[in-house]
Amino acid sequence: MLKRLLVVVLAMFCLATQVVAQDAATEPTNETASETEAVALGPMQEVLQSVSELIVDSSRRTIQPAIDAVAGSGLDAAPFVLETWQARDMWQRISDGQFFKAVKAGDGYALTDFDTGEVVATVTKDDIEQIKPNSGIQGLIGSALVAFQLNDPDPAKRREALASLERNASEDLLGVLRASIDNEEDADIRARKERLEKLITITYGTDPANRIAAIESVAGNLDVAVRGALNPLVATRIMAFDGAIPDDVNVARELRVGSEALSREEAYALTDGEPLLTDDALRGLLQANIVDGAVGGVPVAELSDPERRVAAFEALEAAGTVPPAATEDDVDAALDGKVFAAVYSEPNADVTDAAQSALTAIETKVGLFQIFDLGLDALSLGSIYFLAAIGLAITFGVMGVINMAHGEFIMMGAYTGYVVQQIVPNHTASILLAIPLAFAVTFAAGVAMERLVIRYLYNRPLETLLATFGISIALQQLAKNIFGTQARPLTSPDWLGGAWVMNDVVSISTVRIAIFVLALIFLAVFLFIMKRTRLGLETRAVTQNRGMASAMGINPERVNMLTFGLGSGIAGIAGVAIGLYAQVTSEIGQAYIVQSFMTVVVGGVGNIWGTLLGAGLIGILQKGIEWFNPSNTLAAQTYMIIFIIIFIQFRPRGIIALKGRAAGD
Amino acid sequence: MQRSFLIKNPSVMIFLAVLTVFTILVTFSSEAFGAGIISTSFVKTLGKTLCLALIAVAMDLVWGYAGILSLGHFAFFGLGGYMIGMWLMYERTKEIVATSMAQNPIPPTAQEVVDGIGTQIFGVVGSSEFPVIWFFADSLFMQLLLVVAVPGVLAFVFGWLAFRSRVTGVYLSILTQAMTLALSLYLFQNDSGLRGNNGLSGLQNLPGVTASQDYVSIWFFWASALALALGYIFAAWIVSGKFGSVIRGIRDNEARVRFLGYSVEGYKLFLFTVTAMIAGVAGALYYPQAGIINPAEIAPIASIYLAVWVAIGGRGRLYGAVLGAVFVSLVSTYFTGGQAPDINLGFYRIQWVDWWTILLGLSFVLVTLFAPKGIGGLFDLIAERRTPDRHGADLGPDQGSLREREAEE
Repeated sequence: MLKRLLVVVLAMFCLATQVVAQDAATEPTNETASETEAVALGPMQEVLQSVSELIVDSSRRTIQPAIDAVAGSGLDAAPFVLETWQARDMWQRISDGQFFKAVKAGDGYALTDFDTGEVVATVTKDDIEQIKPNSGIQGLIGSALVAFQLNDPDPAKRREALASLERNASEDLLGVLRASIDNEEDADIRARKERLEKLITITYGTDPANRIAAIESVAGNLDVAVRGALNPLVATRIMAFDGAIPDDVNVARELRVGSEALSREEAYALTDGEPLLTDDALRGLLQANIVDGAVGGVPVAELSDPERRVAAFEALEAAGTVPPAATEDDVDAALDGKVFAAVYSEPNADVTDAAQSALTAIETKVGLFQIFDLGLDALSLGSIYFLAAIGLAITFGVMGVINMAHGEFIMMGAYTGYVVQQIVPNHTASILLAIPLAFAVTFAAGVAMERLVIRYLYNRPLETLLATFGISIALQQLAKNIFGTQARPLTSPDWLGGAWVMNDVVSISTVRIAIFVLALIFLAVFLFIMKRTRLGLETRAVTQNRGMASAMGINPERVNMLTFGLGSGIAGIAGVAIGLYAQVTSEIGQAYIVQSFMTVVVGGVGNIWGTLLGAGLIGILQKGIEWFNPSNTLAAQTYMIIFIIIFIQFRPRGIIALKGRAAGD
Repeated sequence: MQRSFLIKNPSVMIFLAVLTVFTILVTFSSEAFGAGIISTSFVKTLGKTLCLALIAVAMDLVWGYAGILSLGHFAFFGLGGYMIGMWLMYERTKEIVATSMAQNPIPPTAQEVVDGIGTQIFGVVGSSEFPVIWFFADSLFMQLLLVVAVPGVLAFVFGWLAFRSRVTGVYLSILTQAMTLALSLYLFQNDSGLRGNNGLSGLQNLPGVTASQDYVSIWFFWASALALALGYIFAAWIVSGKFGSVIRGIRDNEARVRFLGYSVEGYKLFLFTVTAMIAGVAGALYYPQAGIINPAEIAPIASIYLAVWVAIGGRGRLYGAVLGAVFVSLVSTYFTGGQAPDINLGFYRIQWVDWWTILLGLSFVLVTLFAPKGIGGLFDLIAERRTPDRHGADLGPDQGSLREREAEE
């Protein structure tokens, strides 16, 4: 059905008076009845018989009255006939010239009467003849059908008709569409019809006032189709004029030759001068005219000089060996006195002005929404960085330990999620299970690392950096050995698979919202642990003054171990979250480690709010730079890092710098 | 009468003697000039190793002596390689293009030759225009100048920004790492003008030289050895005088040196810039032997490996850096080249290609923990030079004037 509808709409032209079909529906069709009463034909059959010759003739030029007769008959069977006809299922019985729908049944054909809709006879193929409308006629029939479909009692059919109209709107259907709006009861379909009516009016309307009104009514509408309808109106092409531009031309703007919009070559191509001689063409011509080791008297050996090439060409041109071509002087002469302008293909200036201002309004609105969307993206990216950096904010920010293997803890968390998903097939359950498990795994790894390596290196930050780097490359290679180099998928559950869509411009995927929420939760957890728990108190005490803290009965070794484990564990959970939207590879940690350190350093070491601000700043920066050059995320990262390096110049201690004793200088 | 520089530093003499003997041995074992015991590809490996030793000397100057753990020196190394690579690739392509255009019935104009080269070189990134940075690509002299100038200027600007805002210690390390990352990401773009991730290739072919790679490899080996010798003497000279004392002072306690009236930033900036230039030279010698350079070479991890070499060799002594670079890179070549036999544990087969990095990482941790002097520390045993037993282990740069236990007290 849909396919047929498509065919129907595909070739629609010239729709005339079908609209009146509805009004004419009640009128009896008795003028033909008298002639055929002997056979007692059905009313539709009578109509068909009245235009029988036209139908059989099946000519694109003469068929319209026949279609009108059927469509305007006001009979219930009209759409059925049209559909049948269009699908080439209408056959004529040779014996009496009546028309039927014929369907192949066994050896013969079952004939269905149009009026009753019942099978009246089964005949052989020799008894009937097929009516074969060509594609032009099919298009005309289709146009007639749309009127019926738009008024079909079945809302689903009306929607279908609208959908195909949206794809293939045309001027002729405007009347049908307008007529069908008044009778529409379904509010939703009515709104769609009205919208479509405006779009078609904009594109195909004949009355400028109507078009302008329609254009003004859609100003500020973010619908892509609206922009699709408006854009062709303001499309321009460049034309050349001698002297002044005539008044009847709708000029968008005049162009200067040699400007960015119109290069010299392009301008010359618009004039009807001799073809411009390109370097390639010149070489080809010379090459074809080598005579005795010289071209036009110039020895071939000298032709590596461009000026000699031109000289050789001019000699050839003078001798008439080659057709003349434009040189630079010719181009100047041709361009002299010409005026170039970008001209709207739409002749009515009021319409183009209205379209232009409507488009400007739409673009302004789109721009605002895009900035909003960019803000959402930046927020989401910032929360990813925050998530990756928050563990580091504990180990580096609070404890002052440079952990280059932090990225590998993120990786371990992500791989834990992957392994859990291999064992537990239910995605929701596996994610819920993976989070505590990732925390446990990386917590254990962090504690082990602190006990075995880092505790010997407190006070020696550079060596901590190197030792943890050694661990980092070992862990990375280990992951490669176990899981291979290819990316492992961590599938998010279905309820995280969608996206939140505000309109055509603004949308954000659910996973990113979840990561944002998770980042907020982590922030709360961090604040709670640091400010409200015994561990947080002891951690702060040990960080500020280890000796005094142990004098107060705190075991600094234990506190350091637990704090480091906590920071690593959070990195593990971050790994699960990051794995949900990025591919899990052994290098996933590497991708975040530098940015994480940057986040902590930019924000201000030792302050979680600073880390939050730092993550936000980096997110906004990166997205902001990407906005200027969307195709190039690499460049965005480059410029962002350069910006950070410069930023550090002005605030070496970060956005929120600790002051006084806490700064620990 | 002051004693001469060399007599004050006997290690320089020993080093130069060893290097000379090594160069002569390799020359007479090579396929070009001798018995052919050493294959040409191994001569190249040795030559590359000498270049790595040179950048390790630079790294040792800046880290072991001045306490600046720069994670950006491999970026300077790569930039040096790119600069010489531009000339090599341009001239080489020019030869090819000129040869093919000579077949044409009409001799090409100069512009056509340049366009042809552009199409050849930048075809892979969908362009044929020469970017501005290739302006000097046809001049060997200018490109050689750029080999030192580009890393030097970059290091100067970066160092000036970083040192004047007193970014020190791990912050500086992270910042240099960020710089390296930024540079490599930039070069990865196709429109960076240096062929994106394709990098520059075919660098082993010297334009205008018809001798086989057997000879070319030995020439480069000599050049690398000479550069290493000169670099080593320069580094030893720098650290032996008053300048060396000041930079060691900066390493151990920057504030104290500043209060003594020295311009700490100036010293650091000079050292950072000079070592970047040495790194550029090392890179310019390395990549023609490697044959190809791409942005992956510049990735931050390479610079960290550089720190690994110096640490394993023993920082704070120049021959330690050379030893570390030579030892680790040769052992790495042995293990990752698939030459090392697999170890069969019965239940698992250890393949060194996979497990070498893990071994390296762990041994690096062990060296940091238990042998902060690295391989170079072995020479102290020979020389019977004992470290006085002070309060715990050396704290390393920044707090080097204190010992571990002192710091805790």
